[in-house]
Amino acid sequence: MQGAPTRLAVVPAYNESATILDVLRRMREEAPDYDVLVVDDGSTDRTAELAESAGAEVLRLPFNLGIGGAVQAGFVFASENGYDYMVQVDGDGQHDPAELARLTAAMDGDRTLDMVCGSRFLEQSDYRAPVTRRTGIHIFAFLLSRISGERITDPTSGFRLYNKRAISLFARDYPHDYPEVEAVLMVHFHQLEMKEVPVRMFQRGGGVSSISSGKSIYYMVKVLLAIFIGLARARPVVRPGDDAPVAATHGL
Amino acid sequence: MELRVQLVAIVAAVGLLLFVLELVRRRRLLERYALLWLFSGLSLLVLAVWKGLLQIVADAIGIFYPPSALFVIAFGFILVLLLHFSLAVSRLADQNRMLAQRLALVEQRMRRRERIPGVAHEDATVTADVVEQPAPRS
Repeated sequence: MQGAPTRLAVVPAYNESATILDVLRRMREEAPDYDVLVVDDGSTDRTAELAESAGAEVLRLPFNLGIGGAVQAGFVFASENGYDYMVQVDGDGQHDPAELARLTAAMDGDRTLDMVCGSRFLEQSDYRAPVTRRTGIHIFAFLLSRISGERITDPTSGFRLYNKRAISLFARDYPHDYPEVEAVLMVHFHQLEMKEVPVRMFQRGGGVSSISSGKSIYYMVKVLLAIFIGLARARPVVRPGDDAPVAATHGL
Repeated sequence: MELRVQLVAIVAAVGLLLFVLELVRRRRLLERYALLWLFSGLSLLVLAVWKGLLQIVADAIGIFYPPSALFVIAFGFILVLLLHFSLAVSRLADQNRMLAQRLALVEQRMRRRERIPGVAHEDATVTADVVEQPAPRS
């Protein structure tokens, strides 16, 4: 094709009617070169209607798949519509569209990069998560840095920009429940290049996080299991021609 | 082995086998899931009827009371069956996720066509009556 690269912002949203309009308005103001796709993850409120009324394309999942399944639907959409770049901007408003320029600049500035992650911890910021959560994040960061040999500070950040190679990889196979940490591992195993850039993030504007405090133990254990089992795989990433992940015969 | 224990074991194994076969006959149970059940039931039946074999097995794994060996073996079958179902559930969950994503993508494509009728008409693969239908509102 000709002209500027095509860019898609995927906004996963589960019952985010309180914040979705604000996110979409700020996307239009701060990042007008991005098409916006809202993935409504089986919301029971008016998230999808609001997003449509604001002029966004909307994928309506028939029931709640969780963040991994919702974002993967975005990857499939981006891949099938031939987008050059895709960014994830959460529907709860914690990702600041004004910071998207930093991700874009990093990606445009280095052609070898396949994924650019917004990190809350690269610069001194006023981001204040509960101590337990920050401890968990730092444990994952330490593990992934050791495994990948790169410095990774914020492996749970979903604020990420992907190029075509990363899009096609994750459209094929994206982790299910809490995907961000495992996705870093997949990028490493698949020998894609990633880089972190500092970003500011907001506290959630409304709604309920997908990770409540009661679930955080489960989250830790599940992701740790995924990391260590991932290490034990001879070829951790499914490639075309391999057996499909789990037993479904075809990836999307 | 006491006759009473043996009788109970035989009746239970035969009952299980008949029940599974009946479920398959009524198409309530797929053959592929029935196979493991039938294999388990048959093995237990053989061991219940053939006391000598059960004695050998019990001695081999160091169990003094042969009917206990029968329990251990049945327990093993149950574990295998449960794991088998976990596999089946994982596969179904994965397929379910893909179907949901695919459905959302197809619906989005349909809505886009309904919004721009000209595009739909140009597409020869879409028949006229499909296009002309008023958009169903969910």
